[in-house]
Amino acid sequence: MMNFSYTRAETVADAIAAVAADPGARFIAGGTNLVDLMKYDVMKPERLVDITRLPLREIEATDAGGLRIGALVPNSDLAYDARIQRDYPLLASAILAGASAQLRNAATTGGNLLQRTRCYYFYDVATPCNKREPGSGCAAKTGVNRVNAILGTSEACIATHPSDMCVALAALEASVHVEGPNGPRVVPFAEFHRLPGDAPQNDNTLAHGEMVVAVELPAPRFGRNHTYLKLRDRLSYAFALVSVAAALDMDGDVIVDARIALGGVAHKPWRVTDSEALLKGKPATPDSFGAAADAILSGATGYGGNDFKIELARRAVVRALAQAVAGEPQVQSDKSVN
Amino acid sequence: MELDRLAAAEPNPVSIALTVNGVERRLDVPPTVTLLDLLRERLDLTGAKKGCDQGQCGACTVLVNGRRVNACLQLAVMNDGAEITTIEGVGQPDALHPLQEAFIAHDAFQCGYCTPGQICSALGMMSEGHAKTAAEIRELMSGNLCRCGAYGNIVDAIEDVMGRSAFKEAAE
Repeated sequence: MMNFSYTRAETVADAIAAVAADPGARFIAGGTNLVDLMKYDVMKPERLVDITRLPLREIEATDAGGLRIGALVPNSDLAYDARIQRDYPLLASAILAGASAQLRNAATTGGNLLQRTRCYYFYDVATPCNKREPGSGCAAKTGVNRVNAILGTSEACIATHPSDMCVALAALEASVHVEGPNGPRVVPFAEFHRLPGDAPQNDNTLAHGEMVVAVELPAPRFGRNHTYLKLRDRLSYAFALVSVAAALDMDGDVIVDARIALGGVAHKPWRVTDSEALLKGKPATPDSFGAAADAILSGATGYGGNDFKIELARRAVVRALAQAVAGEPQVQSDKSVN
Repeated sequence: MELDRLAAAEPNPVSIALTVNGVERRLDVPPTVTLLDLLRERLDLTGAKKGCDQGQCGACTVLVNGRRVNACLQLAVMNDGAEITTIEGVGQPDALHPLQEAFIAHDAFQCGYCTPGQICSALGMMSEGHAKTAAEIRELMSGNLCRCGAYGNIVDAIEDVMGRSAFKEAAE
């Protein structure tokens, strides 16, 4: 690990000022991804500003009937919070589908949004990677790309965003509260992460020195008809090859409103509102599920090793919608898929 | 003014205080040192193991303020003021913790390398109180790999201890 200087921030303003003033500075909270990346010299910050003492650990009710989740709330505390379990079970399920209990205890809400891709070539400093070293090339496109993206890719990058939690937050249309050198702003979840384009080094739309201070959930919906279905190479403690967050408003057998977000397939949680619109007013049948799945996967492209993801994702969407309609969300401990 | 104060922070080393297995320790630690390396190399507590050193195996699991975490992914300086429990603080050779006894009784290891992490992780899981069934124990222990493949017996050992009334009450 490269040497770095360490600063413990006492206030949000102090932390932002310290990072904004130093191009080589980064915030650190749970550290579960950043410390790992620093050991491999994938990330080499010159200064770490420790934000773990900041007062960002509350989950508070909002005037809009939702919840405001402080950026430092650990993933485990969020998943097991009684309000989240009762009113946002899709979010609780997605969080518990990710990582391990130890990592969820350390990892924070803000950090989950900011974790980096697990593309093998991003981690391997002996290979080219435009995300790690802009302009060096992409080894994944012609390499071992089983885990890489099939949607929204670019010439420069086919990395995926690895989070499960973020897939649920995309489906729930959360928003991200950010503070920075130029003041606070609120970013709709769909606009927080970005596609790689020709600047894959930028995972998201934050400027240097900007800090996630909270994630806000809108008033609860989809309490009954939802699921988080995650498919991976082993039954637990592995990143998604494909995951689906599905949430429906139903009137009898008719779908009134639908949300579908995919994980493991793109540089950000993948939502196509046109595919959701196809379900509105339709009966909950395999045909309508298939049409929505085809629409969300429109334009999907494989790179050899990940070609299988296109059909896997299509089938996962259909299966997830069936689980949501039945009100039988995927259980994250019993892994049999119904 | 605040910037000046932050900029004046010394890069190396940082003075911290930790309570490790009930004993307060004051240490000067470079920021690059992980909690795992501090425990093993500076405090000679070699129970927590360095398996993968990247948060994938769980052999380094310790309790920080009662919560199980991967010590390999914790910077020691960030844990200033924390209470740390390692396997050395769980039981003694002549006074084993019930989980340690159960691991022996159920043959829940072969080489034993993952065992300190397994037991610290199981302690953390029991105090979290979310595992009620064998399937839930398996899922919530998935952060601890056992390359000998003793998983079935590890689940049995944990289930055995969880089934005893004292632990049931503690979890409730």
